[in-house]
Parts: sequence; C-alpha cells; structure tokens
Amino acid sequence: MEINLLAGSSPHLKSGESTQKIMRDVIIALLPAAISSVYFFKVKAAMLIIVTVIACVTAEYAWCRITKKENTISDMSAAVTGILLAFNLSPSVPIWVAAIGGVFAIIIVKQLFGGLGHNFVNPALAARAFMMASWPVQMTAWQKPGWDAVSSATPLGIIKNGGGISGQMPEFWDMFLGNIGGTIGETSALAILAGAAYLVIRKVITLELPIAFIGTVGFMTWMLGGEAMFTGDFVYHIFAGGLMLGAFFMATDYTTSPVTFKGRIIMGIGCGLLTSVIRLYGGYPEGVSYSILLMNLVVPMIDRFLIPRSFGGGAVKNA
Amino acid sequence: MIKAIKSFRGGIKPGHHKVTAELETVKMPLPSKVVIPMLQHIGAPCMPLVKKGDRVLVGQKIGDSEQMIAAPVHSSVSGTVTDVRPVLYSTGVEVMAVEIKPDGLQEVHESVAPPVYTDKEGLLRSIRESGLVGLGGAGFPTCVKLSPPPGKVLDVLVINGAECEPYITSDYREMMENPEGIVEGTKRVMEITGVAKAFIAIEENKPLAIESISSLIKDGDNIEVVSLATRYPQGGEKQLIYTVTGRRVPVGKLPADVGVLAQNVATVAFIANYLKTGMPLIKKKVTIDGGAAANPMNVEVLIGTPLKEVFEFCGGFCEEPRKIIMGGPMMGVAQYSLDNSVLKQTNALLAFNENQAVETKESVCIRCGKCVAACPMSLMPLYINANVMRGNFEETMKYHVNDCMECGCCSYVCPASRHLVQSMRQAKAELRKLAARKQGGKN
Ligand code: SF4
Ligand code: SF4
Repeated sequence: MEINLLAGSSPHLKSGESTQKIMRDVIIALLPAAISSVYFFKVKAAMLIIVTVIACVTAEYAWCRITKKENTISDMSAAVTGILLAFNLSPSVPIWVAAIGGVFAIIIVKQLFGGLGHNFVNPALAARAFMMASWPVQMTAWQKPGWDAVSSATPLGIIKNGGGISGQMPEFWDMFLGNIGGTIGETSALAILAGAAYLVIRKVITLELPIAFIGTVGFMTWMLGGEAMFTGDFVYHIFAGGLMLGAFFMATDYTTSPVTFKGRIIMGIGCGLLTSVIRLYGGYPEGVSYSILLMNLVVPMIDRFLIPRSFGGGAVKNA
Repeated sequence: MIKAIKSFRGGIKPGHHKVTAELETVKMPLPSKVVIPMLQHIGAPCMPLVKKGDRVLVGQKIGDSEQMIAAPVHSSVSGTVTDVRPVLYSTGVEVMAVEIKPDGLQEVHESVAPPVYTDKEGLLRSIRESGLVGLGGAGFPTCVKLSPPPGKVLDVLVINGAECEPYITSDYREMMENPEGIVEGTKRVMEITGVAKAFIAIEENKPLAIESISSLIKDGDNIEVVSLATRYPQGGEKQLIYTVTGRRVPVGKLPADVGVLAQNVATVAFIANYLKTGMPLIKKKVTIDGGAAANPMNVEVLIGTPLKEVFEFCGGFCEEPRKIIMGGPMMGVAQYSLDNSVLKQTNALLAFNENQAVETKESVCIRCGKCVAACPMSLMPLYINANVMRGNFEETMKYHVNDCMECGCCSYVCPASRHLVQSMRQAKAELRKLAARKQGGKN
C-alpha cells in the first residue's frame, strides 16, 4: 500500500476560527446599530453606510491589484472599517466627503503601514480625525433624528456650552434608544449594547477594556463633572456621545489594542481618563475618538512592557 | 472524591472525540515482525545486546545503556533477530533498532520472575530493569523520577488520569479494566518513595473511572481521587500539579523541587503488575481512531509492531489516510511512514482523512490576542512568531520561549492559522545553536 502521508507540526487539530468569521461576527454585531441609524436618520444614514463601505472595499481591492498583493477583501476587514467610519459621521456629512474618508482610512492609515494587523491607529478613527481637520463645518453640523435636516446640538454639546438646563437636555430614554443628535452610529446605546453582547457571546471581544473605559469615564465625570465634587451627571456622559460605540467597537479593535488582559485594562483606563479630560476641560465636547487614537499610539509600548511572567516564575533566564 | 482546588490559566476546550471510550481493549495477535528501536525514552540511547541470527525470548533484554538517564529495551516476542539496523524517527532522529521475526511460541525468558530486592536501591534497580518509562507520552525513565536528587523531599504523589487530549482513551480503558492495578501501583509508589499522601486525578468527563477507582480506596490508604475540570492541557504536568496541590513548579525546575512526584495511571499500573510478575514493558494499550480508521477501537499491542499491521488488525482504512499521528492530535507526532513501530509511550494512533489533515493557509496575524489568552504558560506566541519570522531569535528569549511546553493551544485557537508552535520549536532550536556557539567561542 503506497500512501502519501502529510507531515506537519502539532497540533493537528484547529478550532476552525478564521479572520473572516470574526469579521463577519463584527458586521453582524454592527447591524442593530446600523438599523437604528437608518430608523432615526433615514436615508442619509443608509447612504453614508453604503458609500463608506463601497469606498473602503474598492480602495482595498485597488491597492491589492496595484501592489500585486493577494486580494484581501474577502477577510471583510475593509467592510468593517467602512461601517465603523460611517457610524462616526454626522448625518449631514456630504457623500463625497464620506467617500474620501473611506479611501483615506484604507490606503493611508491601513495599507501604507502594512495592512491588516500592522496599522498602528484605528483606520476609521484616523480617517475621522483627518475629515474633522479638512471639513470641520460639515463634520460637526448635527441634526435632529428624522427626515428633515433640522439642526440640533448633541447632548454633550449642550453640556459643554453650559447647558443642562432642563428642557434642553433630551430625556434619558431618548438617549438610550438613540433619538438624539450625534453621529449616525453612536446615538443608540441600546443597539450598541445588543451588538456588544453578541460579540461577547461569540468570544470576539472580552469586556475588560470597555468596562475599564466606561467605568473610568463614569467615575471621572461623576467626580469632576459637576459644580461640586462628586455631583457630575455621569449617566449623561456614559450614554450620550460616542462612548458606547467607542468602548465596545473602536477601542477593542484587535490590531490597535493590547493583547494581554492587563494591557487592555490599562488602555481602557487611559482612554477613559483622556476622554474625561477632553470632555471636561478640552476644546471639544467629545473626546472618545481622540483618546482612542492617542492610546493606539502607546499600544506597542504597553505590550512590550507587559510581557507576562511565565507560569511558575518569570525571572528572565540570563537573557 | 474531592474537587481540584485550583484552576490553571489559559487552555482550550477542544471536542472530546472519545468515541472509543467504552470499547473494551482487544488483544492484537502476533505481528509478522517487530522492529524495536533502542531509544524509546528521554535520555541516552541503548546499545543493542543481540545480533542478527540470535534467538531471543519474550522479556529478554535486547538493549541497555550505561548512562543514568536511560531505560533498557526488551524483546516483545520470541523469535529470531533478522536485522540490527538504524531506523529514522519522524522527529528526524536516527536510532538503532532490532528487527525480530516471531516464531509464534512466545516462549518467556528465564530472567522474567518477580523481582527480589532487599532494600530501596534494589527495588529501584529492578524498576530500571523493567524498562519502564512515563507512559503518559513524554517517556522519561521512571526509575530516575522515583529517585529524586539528594536534598529534595517528596511529600505528595499525583497520579495523572486526566487524559486531556482528544481521541485518546487508552488510559481510560486502563482505569476501567484495571482499577485494582492502579490503586495497587499507587500504594507501591508511595512505599518506594515514602510519600504519605497520593491523589489520583481524573477529568470529570470520566465519571465511571472516578467511581471504579474511588470504590477501591479504603480509609487509611491516604489516597484521594480528585475530579478535574475538563480542559486541555489539564494533564500537563505543571498544570496538573497546580490544580491538585496548588503548588507551582518554578520555571526550569522539576516537580521534585516542590515536593511532588507525578506519575501516569498506566505507569503505576505497570509497576504493580511488574512487581508481581517481573514481566518487563513489552506491550501497550493503544487507541486507534481518526476519520480514516475503519474501526476505531482500543488494542493491546506488542511494542515494536509496525503501525501498518496495527491498522490492518483494526480493519484497515475506510478512506485514504492523509496523516498518521502517533499520540494525540494536540501534541502527537505525524508519522512519515506506516513502517514505523509502536513505542513504549505510544498511547494512540490516529489516521486522519483528507478533511482532518489538510491545513488552512496561514494569513496575517490580526493581533486578536487569543493565543495569549489560551497559553497555559502565559507566553505571547504572536510576538515570538513575529520575531522568528524576522530571524530575531535572541529577541524570543525576552518572550520566554524556552518556557513553552508545545501544548499547541496557541495554534489551535489562532484564527489566522499562524504556525505558532512550529515557530516556538524553531526559536528554541536556534537558541540552542546560539548557546552552543557561544560555548564554543569561549573554549
Ligand atoms: S491568535 Fe493568531 S491572529 Fe491572534 S494574536 Fe495570536 S497569532 Fe495573531
Ligand atoms: S505551545 Fe507554547 S506558546 Fe503555545 S500555548 Fe502551548 S505553551 Fe503557550
């Protein structure tokens, strides 16, 4: 009997996980927020999501063709970037601006730095920062949910401008469900939490980073956000703005977050501190995306300084 | 029965695939030949004591070594030596082997008699003479393990019945078919080493084994059956010792350094039988399974039997096998040929079909951290892999690559199918070379 046997190193058994399956899970987890964005911001939200996804996927495809690399659009990471970018845009952002943002995210932020797994900042957030700098007016023209482009302020904008006067602030339930001004994907805490729960169940993300992030923002704004110490309206800070989206979907991005449990806690706390400082003392009403970007930059350092001790010791043997 | 007091870090839960669990072990008849390699243990290889044309008998010693860390080898059949030649292991090592054609008489050698000893040294010597090695898979000579270095005091014995690798059920069969032997052997080892307390640790997915062994233990035996969570690598020596005793074996140290002796269930059962009969290690319980194996089952096989004949006895293949694994799917070694022999520490032979054997293509690391979370030794496989890819072998030392036990958890979970374990091995080999070169430079 002549048979051709495969060699190969152990293990000979695999979990069957793949990058594609993980990205597909992320897209599924983003669906509730996508649906709620279309529900609240109607056709504008749908257009933005479609345009950014097409821009990102096309840019990735073109890059692979031009550089003669293996086509990577099937890993679906470009589509994820597209959706996340759209979620970070105001409904009033023109379509062409969104498209440029998508191309920027993929080409400049992701591929020029080596592609999936190598980019050191979150592509969607870096693109958003670039768009903020280039088209500040369009990027911050907020609207009320609904068919008509009725301009409105975001809840955090109201707090920032000394608001908080009753009547002006939205009701908690509107905020929780997403019936408020903001970027299209961030407004519904409910939809984001539903998606996050799916990611946790599917073991795509773990909770230490989001909890550290949200917990830190909650504590800091409670302590320092009010007239006197410990009177801040932390509920608003947690549910209004991009914290939920940022903590569960942006900060947990694999490529740009630490790989250890401790590292993720540190990143979460770091993001939380920066967000609170920007929100309470900075020039912007919102600080989630900048704080994540800043923490992205120190991720390689966090990983290098937190090489865990091996089980049963840890002293580096005559290294 | 008690529960394990600790839970080790990391690990994975692969499917059990233990379809052969309730199949009673079948004794395989004499093969047409046996090829018995001189190195079936960790340590120095043995020198053949017989030459071509010699007649040998069952249990006759056919290879031994002067070295301290070695275990002699015995003939598993009576017959004529047809060749003494080198064979190539699938790990790439070449060793001498004795090929014997059985005469069918299975005449037992005169040396096979219950060992007579007057003191502990004599007892240890006869255990060495039995050729016994750790039967859990690693193959470390048992008599060396039973005599800890001076100054080290053993106070706990842990008997490993975890059998955490998927597919394998040979230890389970031992626990079901020979629980008396296991309990008896545990007591013998306690006597030999003077250890007052023993734990027989079994994964909780084997309730019948836990029951059958517990029922044989009497008050005052100082033996406790411990049920372990079912998780791989629960049977890894350091993980097992930690979960059962709460003691961590320091990096680079041995269980004896924390006063623990760990032995596999089949190993102690062998000791019990050997002290009664004097029959050295010449046969093994082996699980036959995998998608290409026609009749998954447990067989008792003579050591040296060619794999081909074992599979033929078990009904052959129902599909073309693409990978033959000696051992479990997590740590077993893929065999390049079916002419290889069953060894002392062989506990399973898996014939994987096309589907099970083909590897998914490697893609880029997405930094998901799953390998870090799964590593029971708390390493960062992704960074070791990245440094190996760049040829930075010295850098891998910062990531403690030498603490890797090659359990395979990291590669198992990696969604990018990175060849993580392979790069661990490569890094360790390169570091050894570097160290050797440094040594050479000094002289
Ligand atoms: S599991 Fe694989 S993809 Fe994930 S971090 Fe480890 S090596 Fe990278
Ligand atoms: S093979 Fe090594 S690095 Fe991978 S999980 Fe096991 S101990 Fe950790």
